[in-house]
Amino acid sequence: MIDKQLPSLAEAVEDVKDGSVVMISGFGEAGSPIELIHALIDQGARDLTIVSNNTGSGHVGIASLIDHRRVRKMICSFPRTTNSIVFPELYANGEIELELVPQGTLAERIRAGGAGIPAFYTPTSVGTPLEEGKEKREFDGRAYVMEYGIKADFSLVKCEAADRYGNLVYNKTARNFGPIMCTAAETTIVQAKRMADLGGLDPEAVVTPGIFVQRIVEINHPLDESKLVSEDWRYPWE
Amino acid sequence: MGVNKNKAGWTKEEMAHHVAVDIPDGAYVNLGIGMPELVAGFVPEGREVIYHTENGLLGMGPEPQEGQEDPELINAGKKYVTAIQGACYFHHAESFTMIRGRHIDICVLGAYEVSEAGDLANWSTGKPGAVPAVGGAMDLVAGVRNIFVITKHVTKQGNPKIVENCQLPLTGKGVVKRIYTNLATLEVTPEGLVVKEMAKGIGFDELQEHTEAQLKMPSQ
Repeated sequence: MIDKQLPSLAEAVEDVKDGSVVMISGFGEAGSPIELIHALIDQGARDLTIVSNNTGSGHVGIASLIDHRRVRKMICSFPRTTNSIVFPELYANGEIELELVPQGTLAERIRAGGAGIPAFYTPTSVGTPLEEGKEKREFDGRAYVMEYGIKADFSLVKCEAADRYGNLVYNKTARNFGPIMCTAAETTIVQAKRMADLGGLDPEAVVTPGIFVQRIVEINHPLDESKLVSEDWRYPWE
Repeated sequence: MGVNKNKAGWTKEEMAHHVAVDIPDGAYVNLGIGMPELVAGFVPEGREVIYHTENGLLGMGPEPQEGQEDPELINAGKKYVTAIQGACYFHHAESFTMIRGRHIDICVLGAYEVSEAGDLANWSTGKPGAVPAVGGAMDLVAGVRNIFVITKHVTKQGNPKIVENCQLPLTGKGVVKRIYTNLATLEVTPEGLVVKEMAKGIGFDELQEHTEAQLKMPSQ
């Protein structure tokens, strides 16, 4: 029998190791698996490389993980937003590394990593400071830079509904990086707002096929990140 | 210099209107954060334009009414939006397939500097120590055929933003097609910057005075 659902967040993240590469879904708070991130903070792994579009807001979620000095390096397209306090400070003090990647290149590097493609060429960043150090090549008279696929040890992903095989559907723009991150990790850990029975998800509408998912935890009422940030909550709760 | 600053010429809304009338019926359009967002409000009636937001929505609608905000329905600027009837959602790699794969017709962006060759600088102020953040800007300019820039003609300090060569870090080289400012609409051509229209009360000499790059009138 296949049942990828686990009873607790702690079990879902228990084998993340110091030095692991961890992808975290989300564009801002939309699609950010905040309960899984908090479980990872509790678990204690450090020296992590985190692949995520942003660096979190306030002192919860990714921002709290960074604040607890668990992250050695961020691979990221937009590390500062209105409410990002933690990352800019650590970055200014030279306490965290940043690999800045254009957003579409980041997405494609994750997609390629999951698809078994080690590298590809893209026109994005040609003629800009972000082309530095990259192999260049011309195709049909246009210049491209070579970018490497990214693979992770773990992906932490939030979705709307899952079945026990790991088939997933998402909600609106919270889908963002989830589907590609599911494909690119050795172990993909999902928090689902709802578990569906087998057959309860329309096979034509499944976004992430279950083969890409290893573990699922059901979180019916995920925390509202922007509310926590506006009320200045800090994880772990004091 | 500096007499004009940003006071004379077109308002932000008039600038947005100029961009909007150049968007044809049926276009797929990506609007950058800030002033470009105003453009959606001025598309002439009868034209159906589909807005793409790179975080994964085609068919973005206006802001939601108060109380209807959904934290899982946002745009690239992380603001609450709505989805129109006929909208669809997709993941990031697919979203940037639309961008990089030349499927989006027009992208409207803001600028720190634009050069006469159509180079664009709009992602980094180049200040040492600042946290660099690029987002999707470089993918958009590399992938969308028609890059329209909407910007004040000069900076707050009165310095030209339309320059011979950009001094700030580039977003892309030779990518801008048209520049819509509060003083004029300019076309980037192989022969240089051609003035398409000037705001009422602005003469060519005055426009040139506020522009570092050499301008041309269409007849020249």
